Amino acid sequence: MSAREAILANVHANQPSGTYPLPDLPGFHLEGTSDVVGLFLKNLEGMGGRYHTGDVRSCIDQLFPNAKVIASTVPDFAGNRQVFANVHPRNLADIDVAVTRASFGVAETGSILLVDQTLIANAVAYLAQHLVVLLDPAAIVPMIQDAYCRSEFHRHRYASFHSGPSATADIEGVLIHGAQGVRSLTVVLA
Amino acid sequence: MRVALFIPCYMDAFETEVGIATLNLLRRFDVDPEYPFDQTCCGQPMVNSGCHAEAKATEELFVRNFAGYDFIVAPSGSCTHQIRCHMTAVEQTEEVRQVRERTYELVEFLHDVLKVKEFPWTEFPHKVSYHNNCNALRGIYHASMSERREPPYSKPLDLLRMVKGLELVERARPDECCGFGGTFCVFEPVVSVKMGQDKVRDHAAAGAEYVVSADSSCMLHQKGCAERLGLPLKFRHIAQILNGDRA
Amino acid sequence: MTLSKEPRRDDDGLPALLHTELRASDDKGAKGPAGQRLIHAEATSRPLRDAMPEPQPRGAKIHRHRPIDHNEAARRFIDAPHHEKMHDERLWDLRQKRDGQMHAIPEWEELRELASEIKQHTLAHLGDYLEQFETQALANGIHVHWAQDGAEHNRIVHSILADHGAKRLIKSKSMLTEETGMRHYMAGVGIEVIETDLGERIQQLDNEDPSHIVVPAVHKLRSDVADVFAKKLGTDPRNDDVHYLAEQQREKTRPLILDADAGMTGANFAVAETGSFVVCTNEGNADLSANVPPLHIASIGIEKLIPRIADLGVFIRLLSRSALGSPMTQYTSHFRGPRSGAEMHIVLVDNGRSARLGEPEFWQSLKCIRCGACMNTCPVYRRSGGLSYGATYSGPIGLILDPTFDRRRYSSLPFASTLNGSCSNVCPVKINIHEQIFAWRKALSESHDISTSKHAMMKVAGVVLSNPRLYRAAIATAESALKILPNFVVANPLNSWTRRGRNMPNPVTETFHQWYERTKGGKEDRL
Repeated sequence: MSAREAILANVHANQPSGTYPLPDLPGFHLEGTSDVVGLFLKNLEGMGGRYHTGDVRSCIDQLFPNAKVIASTVPDFAGNRQVFANVHPRNLADIDVAVTRASFGVAETGSILLVDQTLIANAVAYLAQHLVVLLDPAAIVPMIQDAYCRSEFHRHRYASFHSGPSATADIEGVLIHGAQGVRSLTVVLA
Repeated sequence: MRVALFIPCYMDAFETEVGIATLNLLRRFDVDPEYPFDQTCCGQPMVNSGCHAEAKATEELFVRNFAGYDFIVAPSGSCTHQIRCHMTAVEQTEEVRQVRERTYELVEFLHDVLKVKEFPWTEFPHKVSYHNNCNALRGIYHASMSERREPPYSKPLDLLRMVKGLELVERARPDECCGFGGTFCVFEPVVSVKMGQDKVRDHAAAGAEYVVSADSSCMLHQKGCAERLGLPLKFRHIAQILNGDRA
Repeated sequence: MTLSKEPRRDDDGLPALLHTELRASDDKGAKGPAGQRLIHAEATSRPLRDAMPEPQPRGAKIHRHRPIDHNEAARRFIDAPHHEKMHDERLWDLRQKRDGQMHAIPEWEELRELASEIKQHTLAHLGDYLEQFETQALANGIHVHWAQDGAEHNRIVHSILADHGAKRLIKSKSMLTEETGMRHYMAGVGIEVIETDLGERIQQLDNEDPSHIVVPAVHKLRSDVADVFAKKLGTDPRNDDVHYLAEQQREKTRPLILDADAGMTGANFAVAETGSFVVCTNEGNADLSANVPPLHIASIGIEKLIPRIADLGVFIRLLSRSALGSPMTQYTSHFRGPRSGAEMHIVLVDNGRSARLGEPEFWQSLKCIRCGACMNTCPVYRRSGGLSYGATYSGPIGLILDPTFDRRRYSSLPFASTLNGSCSNVCPVKINIHEQIFAWRKALSESHDISTSKHAMMKVAGVVLSNPRLYRAAIATAESALKILPNFVVANPLNSWTRRGRNMPNPVTETFHQWYERTKGGKEDRL
């Protein structure tokens, strides 16, 4: 008997009897505000992210004046480094700023969703030192539960919520941005 | 109604005055409880250690002593929790079920059964830190729990609110366990004492003169810790306050 | 009079500290755009700083044939007061942050109930969901393996690596791989394993197990980390600045990530509907481990299954809030298939889970989503440290899981609890943890896995307490009362009750029984 057969046999034999129905999921609502964009920006900042009013060019000029290698994975902005899908990601390791576009945002947590098609190479969102993310303000949903009703999770092989930059407070609870991944995440509403 | 009084074993041994206060307090409400003389213990020490079989005879004795009453009142949340929720070593006859269901902790009895609305003979013009025993709090729902999102309520504080002059102080950790934990305090003495010391320092830092609780088991432990630390805290059972003690 | 359920607050408006000496002015932690202090992820609500370095207390002593002596290890932890205080306050702070998140969500208790019901349903139909998961994953091009136990898991992972000629493996945090002892196994077969989570990396370099399932080095002070990094990474031993230490780890680990042959992650959730799995981190190290090397292996316990993507709407809202009091992990990544040109493997692991499924009193422990909220609230855990349990899983969840892995060694753990019940209240999936701890005590007593002296003591107590005359005689004096009332007893009652700083109860002149008899229930005496 293979391990698979043995495990499934044990599981089937031991499953608790009794009705344990799968509950319907109620639709909860965000309390207190209908300003979904405002809430998104507030929560984005609470998670260590920030936003820039202006375009990507002015964002990079103001926030990353010393950036040398700027990669864009979207037609909205032209960087000076192309991102390729089928090469080893170590080629992305010297990118200072990566520019990409989120599929949508979530107001409840200040999160944005990045997917493989848009990133071209998934690792670019983690190897770049800084991330600039374009987000259509009309594509912000109120809550996480709304996000999980969307089709991205059924269509893409890789889809990741980013809620601010890479962070850790493993040492004495002192908050560090840029633990292993990006040191900053900046959203440009466009 | 026929009411019986159950005095926990440790109260019997160490805190006679609290038992007396409980008895006198109930008498103020025209409840004259009987005291089945052959009572001993609720079985918790054995059950708490996993030794249910060893608790059976004690539980049987409890049921024999307390069968036939309308209410059994116990000035201890932890004993009441044991009786209502864990007295299962004894065979569950109808008589056993009745005894278990009819056991009330003192605060519950005053608040939910007698529905007391005033204690006109009381006055306690002191700063009080109220301690909820964990079994009383999370086992028999004396009050709302800080971990849960629920409307705030507190049966013991509802009663203490009726005591003239009593001022409540706020701890840094409102309902963290004090470390008594039954046999825990003996088999894990290091953590137990550290928890107790932290607890009494919290009472003191809050400005308490008195620590009041509906469970003296916790207070015996906390008192021992406070004395060692030289903290001038005084410990009183809620029965004593509600019965009219001024200090 | 105020209803005292609100914690007392210090002058900075935050819940008061027990150890006010830990307050620091600024820890130079990351700030928001307006310069405001941020508290997401594991960050403390206010800067806490321990002033003086002291040696780090080490974990429980492991003996081949003896149960873990938790009290002994706890003593050494508490005898390192700087470590103990910081540990206690940091984790209590995470509990307070969690409460803050809870109060902001009106449907919080409903979410917990939903999460519990979804998990119960999944476990009751686990066989079907596992098969559905596998079918979907295979259809998406993922290789699916099955391992009955930890050893088989390690062998499977090794053979996948060997097939690819992989010698260096980077990985993100996975309690399952701790359970299987994977790092030790790989060391034995010459595969280099590099932990990428900062806390896990610290522990790996220090040759110590993680002490907390979410914050692996929470028991360490920055001085301890500086020591480890100085020895193992060649950093400046006098520099314990946290930014410096974190940056050093980032810079030194990055090349290892770029050159790794394979990457490994765990999974927080495995979704049957789509054959995908979800990995949540704050650092993004799971995403690096998965997306940089050409080979990604995910180790997944079979209990991680949930039915639908939509169910994540419940669990993701609860996970980070319960664990860290932060609304979401910085990264919540959904893997549904390999990248083009890369390979993805899943190893589904049983290791005792299917057996536990069949235990009526304990199967609900399989609902666990490994958030660590129970550890953060546990007053015993906070004061003794995760390493004092000597097991992969510590704290309340550990007490109910570990005896299954090694009944004898972990037979003492269910007694390292006061049964206060706080853990069950913070559990996002409503595991009745404290009730299972209680049930384990009964099970261990019945199988004679508790100490013979304790058992003998309980037998004697049971005899005395069931005999009214014997009982009344026994409690007649304080000293004999202390001997017979098991709440206060060990072989040497004075030693245990008093040695660590607690006074004996005062003797009384007469017991309640004696008073009642003498005064006819107070009717013949005005007391």
